[in-house]
Amino acid sequence: MPDSPSDERADDAYGAPYDLAVIGAGCAGLTGAVTASELGLSVALLDTSGQVGGQFYRTPAPALGAVRPEALHHDWSAFADLRRRLEASAVVHLAGHHVWTVARGSEGDTEWVVHAVTGVDGCGERPVRVRARTVLLATGASERQLPFPGWTLPGVVGAGGAQAMLKSGLVLPGRRVVVAGSGPLLLAVASSLAAAGARVPAVVEASGYLGYARRPGALAANPHKLAEALVHGAALLRHGVRLRTRSAVTRVHGTARVEAVTVSRVDRDWRPVQGTGRRIACDALAVGHGLVPQTELATSLGCATRRTPDGTYALELDGLQETSVPGLWAAGETGGIGGAQLARTEGAIAGTAAAARVLGQPALTRSRRVRELRRRRDRMRAFADTMAAAHVPGPGWVQWLNDATDVCRCEEVTAGAIREAVADYGARDARTVKLLTRAGMGWCQGRMCGAAVACLAAGPGAASVPPSPERRPLAVPVPLGVLGALDPDEADGPVS
Amino acid sequence: MARDRSPAELVGAAPEDPFEISFDGRTLTALPGQSVAAALWSAGILAWRTTRHGGRARGAFCGIGQCYDCLATINDRPNRRACLVPARPGDTITTQEGHGHAGLAV
Repeated sequence: MPDSPSDERADDAYGAPYDLAVIGAGCAGLTGAVTASELGLSVALLDTSGQVGGQFYRTPAPALGAVRPEALHHDWSAFADLRRRLEASAVVHLAGHHVWTVARGSEGDTEWVVHAVTGVDGCGERPVRVRARTVLLATGASERQLPFPGWTLPGVVGAGGAQAMLKSGLVLPGRRVVVAGSGPLLLAVASSLAAAGARVPAVVEASGYLGYARRPGALAANPHKLAEALVHGAALLRHGVRLRTRSAVTRVHGTARVEAVTVSRVDRDWRPVQGTGRRIACDALAVGHGLVPQTELATSLGCATRRTPDGTYALELDGLQETSVPGLWAAGETGGIGGAQLARTEGAIAGTAAAARVLGQPALTRSRRVRELRRRRDRMRAFADTMAAAHVPGPGWVQWLNDATDVCRCEEVTAGAIREAVADYGARDARTVKLLTRAGMGWCQGRMCGAAVACLAAGPGAASVPPSPERRPLAVPVPLGVLGALDPDEADGPVS
Repeated sequence: MARDRSPAELVGAAPEDPFEISFDGRTLTALPGQSVAAALWSAGILAWRTTRHGGRARGAFCGIGQCYDCLATINDRPNRRACLVPARPGDTITTQEGHGHAGLAV
């Protein structure tokens, strides 16, 4: 596998069009890339990170010399196998590439231009474009955050963020870490933190776990998920971690950093129950309320979306993982949150389907293997829907907020300002709230506050309204110089 | 029980030699391969930015380069995402105040 840091990459990596450009080197993208390459396609695999694996298989940098990185991972052998296949393949791995847009090339839907900025944090001076006949979007997910008083205090970190910092940097945000929010990720995060030496006084889950029992069929068809839950459950027991369901952190205490949190009971709608608040001392809080598919690149090209059972939007895909825009496939969390094993299955289907299209061999997608992959995908998707429904945020969460709580972290827009935009100025959707208050207009482009702002915009009493598939033309911040260097008449020419 | 275990022990890390970086004039030790944010966390430092309006302290939040809360001034260059930028020997990290362009004459 040709693999070198982006700065040293020869210009020929950006010359002739590839058969397939894969965006994202996590479970889905990695599987899609090696599958298509093994079927004979030329493949470019772009990812922001220096190493493959995405968020799930995030690993310490080689210089940290970890001999047992698998101690922080589930199902490591599947990843080891993918890495072996990647090394044996001719896939061109473009590390440190932050894709900011995908555009149609001069040939319409049979040629795509993938624009990226380079460097560890996209600050490299060298913008690039990669041309490809087909594209697989495997951009994963970001964590859904719902604000509460004190959530901007240092020591409050994303649950996925704490996990990522631990997996890659071997660090903890504190010694005594409460894990809170909703969703199965919390159990995985708590067991990793505890295994790495943190004390975890409580895992605070806003939903009950009864939601799963309402769909026994999906559980019975996915025994590996039960086994995974048992592994985490056993680890939590071993470390003396207490799981508190139907509870939420409703306040963070501390001046310079987290000193304690208040945990309150919540009702079925996640409304805090008065008088149930209990203070738990801790020096960090890892919090998250599920995951949101990262679909900006696709929606800006007009790909259709569907509403998921937990109120997010995911890409609408056909039986072979193709989006509503021909020539663009998606796999993994972009099509709905479902986990690493589902992502690998979908990546294999998508890689095969792209190869079938490019090679003009539709029979590739009718093989026994693809039929089996599709059956497995459907089974796992059914479980993912059960899981999503069990953790859908209740509309009562907005009662955690007081008017002074910052909702938009970047622009420091309070819940009071957003409520004013809704009640006094008639805003009914996130975009209008943004125009009136700047909520969602900052650096992160609404990734942290989007779900919350959309709920607040719907107004009191309304069910939580998920963020609409916004068309943001730039998926990551891009220096003006990069945009200025683009030649509108020469879509496939070099940037610099 | 793993009460006193560290993340490095859990994964059997045998890192290359540590090196020094500075944060607001204070000397810290970082491990090769750690991001600037990870090096700061391991020194117990959770905040290295103040917000533009309220001047409130912030540090790493999402940990994966999406929230931009961890922006730091690294070697005089503001607005670097500390969770993505690897620490290098001799790095000078300073708390980024406001928009980070104070003193840069821009």
